[in-house]
Amino acid sequence: MCTLAHVFEAAGLATVTITSIRAVGERMRPPRVLHCEFPLGRPLGKTNDPEFQHDVLRRAFSLLERESGPVLEEHPEEIVGAEEPLSCTVPPRFDPDLAPAVDEAHGLRKAYERALARRGVSEVGNAIDADGVPDALDVLQNIVNGTPWKEAGIPGGHTTALANDIRAYYEEAALELTDAANPGGHQTEDWFFERTEAGKLILAVRKALAAQGAPQPVWFYMAPMHRS
Amino acid sequence: MTDQPSGDALIRQQIGNLPVPEFAETAWTVPPPLAEARVAVVTSAALYPCDGEPFTVTDTSYRALDHDQRQLVMGHWSPNFDRSAFGIDYNVVYPLARLDELAEQGVIGSVASKHYAFAGNQPDDVATIRYDSGPACAAELKADGVDVVFLTPV
Repeated sequence: MCTLAHVFEAAGLATVTITSIRAVGERMRPPRVLHCEFPLGRPLGKTNDPEFQHDVLRRAFSLLERESGPVLEEHPEEIVGAEEPLSCTVPPRFDPDLAPAVDEAHGLRKAYERALARRGVSEVGNAIDADGVPDALDVLQNIVNGTPWKEAGIPGGHTTALANDIRAYYEEAALELTDAANPGGHQTEDWFFERTEAGKLILAVRKALAAQGAPQPVWFYMAPMHRS
Repeated sequence: MTDQPSGDALIRQQIGNLPVPEFAETAWTVPPPLAEARVAVVTSAALYPCDGEPFTVTDTSYRALDHDQRQLVMGHWSPNFDRSAFGIDYNVVYPLARLDELAEQGVIGSVASKHYAFAGNQPDDVATIRYDSGPACAAELKADGVDVVFLTPV
């Protein structure tokens, strides 16, 4: 964003940049920065809160009144991620012959379909579609069980895209199942990696891939860097 | 509970310490009064229309988003941010409903007919967006009569 701000401003466009990482704004010195210490992925701070979003915009646009720059201001409110994972029911075991994550993914399908119908789009689809989620989890389980990763037949061929698709399938379904009216920062991520079999499997397969000697880019980006 | 107190804090620490592109000076464009300004959003969230071309992992291009297009997919590849927030309320990343309200109130002059998305996970030297796709996007914005660009990350 800071690079584009420099480029656009030089082309004759006035810019206001929201930054999530203050050090980047300080070092790159784009013309006008409003730094917002909000959960990453929420540059306007709060979902479904027009009043707060307007406050961010008002503070950002006020920087256009400055006569010279660069200028970096900070939004006065800090927002941290929610302390607890999303409260959301995980489907009970249905078919004991299936791996737990595979069984679980089948159980979430109707909720995923409701999410798709409501929103009209889905973030699932870079490596696999929704139909492919259970089979993909089965492949990942095989890797954890010892199948060499190059022989496992990883769907879509890209582990980061695959992990993002599985996570999106779960998180989109979770938003249909939860009673939380407006989930907080990282709450669905916390639920996925800490409460679901699929999330735990992705963390396990990341370790298995590393142990098998897979290159770091193959496994590292399958989950947020702070999770192990 | 997460494995560490805050994943965001770790990301901020790690990315904050990475090398950044250097700019010898900061350009400065004086905009018209806000009430007369045409405003566009440019985001690094890698948004693209649901029937459009997804972003690849090191994509340096951009997508034009029609103002009325709301069937958007968030195609950023990083696992490190709150990936579901955009699906809960697109305005938390891409505040077009808020800009429309500001235009109706006369706070801003107008909202652009097109907005733009890049992918935040750029190659370290950002050479393409600095010298190619960034200037090309700027030309499209200017052709639409845009005065002010509001830039949002994820």
